[in-house]
Amino acid sequence: MSEWPILSIITFFPLLGALLILLLIKEDSEQSKNNIRNIALMTTGATFLISLLLWVFFDNTTADMQFVETASWLGGNINYKMGVDGISMLFVILTTFLLPFCILASWRSVKNNVKEFMIAFLVLETFLIGVFSSLDLLVFYVFFEGGLIPLYLIIGIWGGKNRVYASFKFFLFTLAGSVLMLLAIMAMYWDAGTTDIVKLLEHDFPAEMQTWLWLAFFASFAVKMPMWPFHTWLPDAHVQAPTAGSVILAGLSLKMGGYGFIRFSLAMFPEASGEMQTFVFTLSAIAIIYTSLVAMMQKDMKKLIAYSSVAHMAFVTAGIFSANSLGIEGAIFQMLSHGIVSSALFLCVGVIYDRMHTREISAYGGLVHTMPFYAFIFMVFTLANVGLPGTSGFVGEVLTLAGMFQVNTWVAFFATTGVILSAGYALWLYRRVIFGELEKESLRDILDMSRREKYILVPMAAITILFGLYPQPIFNVTSVSVDNLIENYQADMQRAGLLSDQPRIKASAASASAATD
Amino acid sequence: MSSENDFLYILPELTLIIGALVALLIAGFKGKKSVGFVANFGLGLMVLAAIISFFLPAEVVRVFNGLVINDSYSIYMKILTLFGAAATLLMIKNFLQSRKLDQPEFIVLLIFATVGMMFMISANNLLTLYLGIELQSLSLYILAAFNRSSTKATESGLKYFILGALSSGMLLFGMSYIYGFTGSTSFDLIAQNLSENGSSMGVIFGLTLMSAGLMFKISAVPFHMWTPDVYEGAPTPVTAFFATAPKVAAMAMIIRVLYSPFIDISADWQQIVVFVAIASMVLGGFAGIAQNNIKRLMAYSSIAHMGYALVGLAAFSEAGTSVKAVILYMSVYLITTLGVFACILAMKRSGDSFEKISDLAGMWRNHPIIAISLTIFMFSLTGMPPFAGFFAKFYVFSAAVNEGLWLLAVVGVLASVVGAYYYLRIIKVIYFDESKEPFDKMAIELKIVLGFATIFTLIFTFFPSTLLELAQNAAQSLN
Repeated sequence: MSEWPILSIITFFPLLGALLILLLIKEDSEQSKNNIRNIALMTTGATFLISLLLWVFFDNTTADMQFVETASWLGGNINYKMGVDGISMLFVILTTFLLPFCILASWRSVKNNVKEFMIAFLVLETFLIGVFSSLDLLVFYVFFEGGLIPLYLIIGIWGGKNRVYASFKFFLFTLAGSVLMLLAIMAMYWDAGTTDIVKLLEHDFPAEMQTWLWLAFFASFAVKMPMWPFHTWLPDAHVQAPTAGSVILAGLSLKMGGYGFIRFSLAMFPEASGEMQTFVFTLSAIAIIYTSLVAMMQKDMKKLIAYSSVAHMAFVTAGIFSANSLGIEGAIFQMLSHGIVSSALFLCVGVIYDRMHTREISAYGGLVHTMPFYAFIFMVFTLANVGLPGTSGFVGEVLTLAGMFQVNTWVAFFATTGVILSAGYALWLYRRVIFGELEKESLRDILDMSRREKYILVPMAAITILFGLYPQPIFNVTSVSVDNLIENYQADMQRAGLLSDQPRIKASAASASAATD
Repeated sequence: MSSENDFLYILPELTLIIGALVALLIAGFKGKKSVGFVANFGLGLMVLAAIISFFLPAEVVRVFNGLVINDSYSIYMKILTLFGAAATLLMIKNFLQSRKLDQPEFIVLLIFATVGMMFMISANNLLTLYLGIELQSLSLYILAAFNRSSTKATESGLKYFILGALSSGMLLFGMSYIYGFTGSTSFDLIAQNLSENGSSMGVIFGLTLMSAGLMFKISAVPFHMWTPDVYEGAPTPVTAFFATAPKVAAMAMIIRVLYSPFIDISADWQQIVVFVAIASMVLGGFAGIAQNNIKRLMAYSSIAHMGYALVGLAAFSEAGTSVKAVILYMSVYLITTLGVFACILAMKRSGDSFEKISDLAGMWRNHPIIAISLTIFMFSLTGMPPFAGFFAKFYVFSAAVNEGLWLLAVVGVLASVVGAYYYLRIIKVIYFDESKEPFDKMAIELKIVLGFATIFTLIFTFFPSTLLELAQNAAQSLN
C-alpha cells in the first residue's frame, strides 16, 4: 500500500472531479444540472471511500508519520511532503465524510450556477484535505490559506442578503491572522533550515523566539478556531453562508485551528505553550460562559448554533493547552464529534429553511405535530450538542473537563458551568421550534423530511450515537500519537525547568486501555 | 580593451535600434497605413532581440571600457523586459487601428523606450545609466501624451514630463556628487573607492539624491505622485506598457546600482529602502481603497507592489536570497499585470472603452473565462496561495525575515491585508453584483496574453523550480 501516493490521490481526486465538470459539462438544462450534481457526489463519495483505506491500513502502534510521500518542490529544503499520524488521520476522514453530505444538502437549495458551486466545493475539499495531510509547513500554509478563496466565493455568491459584508469580514479577518503566521513560518525556516514538519518537531527553538512564534501562530489559529474575542466574523459568516457553506465552516474550517494548536503551537513551542497556558485558559473560560449566554439570546437559529460552536471550541482550546493526554484526546474527540454534530445541526436548520425560507426562531413552533421524524433527528443532535451521556458530545466534553481539572480547577469549574448553559440554550431552542401548539398557519402543511434529507441526517445521527457509546476506535487511532506528543512536551518542559509543581501525568485511562487492547 | 567583439554583447540593443530606424523610414514613406505592418515588425524585432539575448554567453563581461556589463542577471532582466514590451505591443496592435493612436511613430517610440530600458539594465557606468534612463523617459513622456486630442492624456503627459525632469535633475545632481567624492563614474571604480575609503558625507548626499531619482522611476512613495494621474490619463495600452516593462527595467537598474557600486555602504542605503518600502506598501494599500477607476486602482496597486519588491531588496546581505526574491517578484508582477491589462483592454462595448470598476459588474455571467482569469490575477496580486503571487511575496518577506527586518515584514504583510480589500472588491463586483451588458468579443491578441498569464499564475505552484533556478542564477551573477 505504501507505494501508492494515497494521500495525494485523496487530496487531488476532488480537483479531478472539478476539472471534469469544468471541461465537459455545460450547464444549460435541468438534465445537465443533475449530471453536475451526480459527478460532484460521486467524486466526493469516491474520495471518502478511498480515504477509508487510510483507516484500514493505519498502524495504531506507532507515533510516526504514515503514508509519507515526498517530492521536490521549491528547493532549499522546502519540499512537497504528505503524511498522517494519529492526530491528523481522523480529520482527513472527517473531511471526506462531510463533503458528500454538503453536496447532497445543496442538491435542491442551489438552483443557479450549479456548475460553479460544485466546482468551488470540490476545489475546497482539496484544500481542506491538504491542510490535514501535509507534512511541510509551507505546503500546509498553501492549503490552509488557499481554502479561503473557494469559501469566500461560496459565501459571497450563494449566501444570504448580507453576504458581501460577511464574506469580506471572513476573508480579511482570517487573512490578517494568517499572514502573521506566514512570517513565523519564515522565521522557523531560517532558524531550522527546513519547513519539514517532522524535522521541525524535533528542532528546539530558542525560548524567546518560541514566544513570538507562538503568538504569531496563535493569531492565525485563534481567528480560525475562533476564540473569544476573535470570533466576531463567525456568526456573520455562518448566517449568510448557504447551508453547505456553514457545514464546512463549522465542521471543518474551525477544526483547522484546533489541529494547528496541537500540531504546531503545543508540539513545536512547548515552553511558550506552558507560559501561555493561563492566558488560553482565561480566554477559553470567558468564551464558554460569554458565548453561551450570547447564544441564549439569539433570534436566528444559525446564529445560535454559531455561538454555541464558539463555546464548544473553547472546550477544545482549554483541553489542548492542559497538555495532558486526557485533555488532548478529549479535544480531538470533541472536534470530531462537533464536526459532525454542529454540521448536522446546520443541516437540520437547512431542512426547515428550505421549506419556510426563514431562520427566525419565532417563525416556528409545534413542528413535532407535522414533522415527527424531523423532531426526533433534531433532538438527537440537540442532545449531542448539550453533551448528553450516550452521545459523542459527552465523551469529548467530559475528557476535556477532566484534563482541565488536573491542571486548573477553576477553569474546569467555569467550563462545567458552560455545560449547563449549553443545555439551557439548546433545549430552549428545541422547545421553541419543535414543541408547543402548532399556531402558525404557514406551518400546517409543512412536509416531513424527504428521503434525500434522511440519507444525510440518519447516518450522522447513527455515528453520533455509535461513538458516544463506543468511542474506542477513535482513541485507538489517537492515543499513541498523543502520548508521544505529551512525552516530548514534558521532556522539553523538564529540560527548560518549567515543570516544577505539576506532577507528571500518566497516560489517561482511555489510552491506557487502548494500549492493552 | 574595446574591440569588435564588444558589439556582440549589445547585439540585442543594436537590433532594436537599427530596426526602429528602419521602421521610422517605413513610417515616413508609407504614412498612417503602415501602422499594422510596423507593429508586426516591432514585435518581430523584440522577439529577435530576446532570442539573441538568450543565446548571449552568460559570463560576466565588461565591454566598451566598462561602460556596459553583461552577466546572467542582465540577460534575465533584458529578456523579461523584452517579454513585457512585446506582450504590450501585441495587445496594443488592434487598439492602434481603432483609436486615435493610428500612427506608426507610436511603435517606434515604444521600441526606443525599450532600448533605453535595456541600457538601464546593463549599465556599468553612471553615464550609460543616465543615457539609458533619458532615452526611456523621453520616449515615455511622448507616449503618455500621444492621444493629443484628449485633455486628460495631454495633462498626464505634461505632469509626467515635469516631474520626470525634476527627478532626472536630482539624479544628475546626485551623480555629480558621487563623481566628485569618489573620482569616477564607473561602477567598478566607485565600488573600489568606497571599499577602501568608506562612505563620506558627500557620498551619502549623492546616494540619497540618486535614490530619489531612481525611486521616481519605479513610482515608490514619496515619489509616486505622478503615477495615478498618468495611469488614468494615458491611453490604456500606454498604461499597460507603463505598468510593466519600464517598472522591471527600473527595478533592475536600482538593484544594479545598489548592489554593485554601493554595496559596501549598504547600511546607508538600507534605511532609505526600508522607509520607501514601508511607505509604498502602506500608501498603496490604503489609497487604493477609494478608487473607482480600475486604471487608477492599478496605479496604487503597482505602487504597493514596488514596495513589496523593495522589501526583498532591503535585505541585502545575501544577494542569492534577496535579489532572487526581487527578480522573482518582478517576473510574477510583470506577467500578472499584463494579464490584468489584457482584461482591462477587453472592457469595450461597441468599440468604446470602459474603465470604471462598476463596469465589471456581473461579468462572470457574460464572460466566465475572462472573469475567472481576472479573479486569479486579483488573488495572485493579493498574495493568496496557491497562485504565483504568493510565492513572490513569500520570497521577498522571507529575505526580510532572514535579515531580521521585523518592522518591515510585519507592516508589509498587514498592508497586504489592507490591499486585499480592493482586490476583493473587484472580485465582488465581478461575481456578486447584477450583470450589465456584455463586452465586445475579445481580440485574439488579448486572448493570447490573457491565456499565457492565467496559465502561468495558475500552474506556477506545481512547477516552481525552473523559474526559481533561473532567478537564482541571475542573482548570483551579481556578486
